[in-house]
Amino acid sequence: MAKPAIAPGAELDGFTIGERVHQGGMATLWTVTHPGITVPLLMKVPRVAEGEDPAAIVSFEMEQMILPRLAGAHVPGCFGTGDFDRQPYVVMERIPGKTVYSRIDQLPIPYEEARVIGGQIATALADLHRQNVIHHDIKPSSIMFRPSGECVLIDFGLSHHNQLPDLLQEEFRLPYGTAPYMAPERLLGVRDDPRSDLFSLGVLLYFFTTGERPFGESETLRGMRRRLWRDPYPPRRLKPDYPPWLQEIVLRCLEIEPVWRHPTASQLAFDLAHPDQVKLTARSERLQRDPLSTVWRRRFNRELRQPKPKSDLAVQLASGPIVVVALDTEEGSGTLNECLRRTAAQLLSTLPSARLACLNVLKLGRVTIDRTLDEQGNNKHIDRMVALRHWAQPLELDESRLTVHVLEAVDPAAAILEFTRVNHVDHIVIGARQNSMLRTLLGSVSAKVAAEAACSVTVVRPPRSAVVPLHGDSA
Amino acid sequence: MRLAIFADIHANRQAFSACLDFARVHRAERIICLGDIVGYGADPEWAVDTVMDLVADGAIAVMGNHDHAISTPSESMNAAAQAAIEWTRGRLSVAQRRFLAELPLTRLDGDRLYVHSEASHPARWHYVSDTPDAARSIAATDAHVTFCGHIHRPALYSMSSAAKMTSFIPTADVPVQLLGGRRWLAVLGSVGQPRDGDPAASFAMLDTTSREITYCRVPYDVEAAADRIRANGLPHWLADRLLMGK
Repeated sequence: MAKPAIAPGAELDGFTIGERVHQGGMATLWTVTHPGITVPLLMKVPRVAEGEDPAAIVSFEMEQMILPRLAGAHVPGCFGTGDFDRQPYVVMERIPGKTVYSRIDQLPIPYEEARVIGGQIATALADLHRQNVIHHDIKPSSIMFRPSGECVLIDFGLSHHNQLPDLLQEEFRLPYGTAPYMAPERLLGVRDDPRSDLFSLGVLLYFFTTGERPFGESETLRGMRRRLWRDPYPPRRLKPDYPPWLQEIVLRCLEIEPVWRHPTASQLAFDLAHPDQVKLTARSERLQRDPLSTVWRRRFNRELRQPKPKSDLAVQLASGPIVVVALDTEEGSGTLNECLRRTAAQLLSTLPSARLACLNVLKLGRVTIDRTLDEQGNNKHIDRMVALRHWAQPLELDESRLTVHVLEAVDPAAAILEFTRVNHVDHIVIGARQNSMLRTLLGSVSAKVAAEAACSVTVVRPPRSAVVPLHGDSA
Repeated sequence: MRLAIFADIHANRQAFSACLDFARVHRAERIICLGDIVGYGADPEWAVDTVMDLVADGAIAVMGNHDHAISTPSESMNAAAQAAIEWTRGRLSVAQRRFLAELPLTRLDGDRLYVHSEASHPARWHYVSDTPDAARSIAATDAHVTFCGHIHRPALYSMSSAAKMTSFIPTADVPVQLLGGRRWLAVLGSVGQPRDGDPAASFAMLDTTSREITYCRVPYDVEAAADRIRANGLPHWLADRLLMGK
């Protein structure tokens, strides 16, 4: 079959070619239209002529396999693909605006802005990882934002899909990607760890907040390998006003061993959304890089550099959920709270990477203007936080795994649901109110949460013997 | 067109029935049988009759080493396999034995090649257990996709236009597009005697229009199949391994 021409005005599988908008080393981008599709479209055509980089073909094949499988606001929609035996192409949604690369001459950007952008990118990564895909080329030019604010990840040519053949697996002797952003384990051939994307996001955050790339711009393998043992200068050394919570987050992303980074992108987004709750470790205050003894140990301890056995992405993500326990701190909820703690302990004991967010809702009156101080003049908000920490204390969780939150709301169930949605919570543990009087008056919070939450919900009740009979009947 | 492709049925009536039911429910339009219809299992007459009927209805079948051993005793089989072949031979009618003996070693169907073991030397019954084995098979044919079985463990290999290989253990129920720019070797798991640790029957569906292959797993009454093996005096190990999928 004759190869169809790609030129303005030409037609291919119902798509009419418009203008050429980009000519890159790997592919050419054209605007296209289709009678049945109203979204603006782009057609990506790989450069496959004689003598072109074979990587252009393989990365096009990866994108051709992966993009049609992806869904949601954080990726461009895919509207058609063409195979190599005729004319290879991918038609995708055209995201308006520029990539984050356009910000590069405004660096450094303010910390607060970096926090917000970082959170949006981490949220997009969480959604991608949930769909079994690791991006592997997170950098400013592969990140865009929709007018509605959602971060969109583009360019899946180097990506890994946990349930599809990895065509880049044996294709190239050297790891393929963008040197300054590449995670150390990639240099050992590891392609199935989603935390590689968290490392790249850490590089981006470091660069955007300091104006310096943490590992320089070296493109040589020798230069890139240094990151297997040499940590970057802490941002505070470059900028004395660098917030400790931000340094904590950025340096955790840049940990050499993936296991020391955030367990999941959702947990990283959670930290960026709650900077005041970030557990500050020695990382947050550091001004120096690791001592040479540590660097030498890393460099010459082969064990640290051995690739780990293949992991299952879904299993790895499931081992690091964000669990919310919704607690009532009112008097008389002691037995129920004890049961909640037991349930939480059982959950957490099987999930070493899980994090726990303890939630309490400070109910506001619908009409009255609420006073944050109670009759004795105590700050109710702080009292509740203290009560939550007290409840969690017997769980003996590492502080980096525990946060407490007091929400102020008229409708407790709606507040819990909103917190769950915004923070991508995976599991809610909530007690069922036993007092039928209150329940009749107020409706059941747990029932509404269980019915409307987008995640798993465990409703906890005290053991039967602990339930006080309602009317003293003994039937 | 939607194809249902089965390898290594091994006279396991319970497993093959469950797979055929699945194929019917998922509207398979053509059945492909990649050989080893008999051997190991206790229902060879039923298995051969079933495949003969399918072939009469347009199915394609090729010969496996156990099918071959019915007419031509092989010295390379282990004792349990050999015992099952001797027992099977006594159970089959002349017509059934002739059907097995006359099966072709390979069949080309458009740009698809069907073979029991691998494409470079189909009559030598080599196993495809790694990428060099797969590369040898792919290099021996012009077919876009070769389908084989024999090793009882599912795998999917591809060779790029630059002759670079990839290997992959397929995930059940997740379709994989067999891209046109490279050539593929789809190694199927076994219907009647899976050996990858999962006792469920293993096979694949192919959509020839979208070029998507989906590896499938179907649970079946393993106990019943194992009981039939024991009740017919076949080596007990053949029953035990069905329960373990090893």
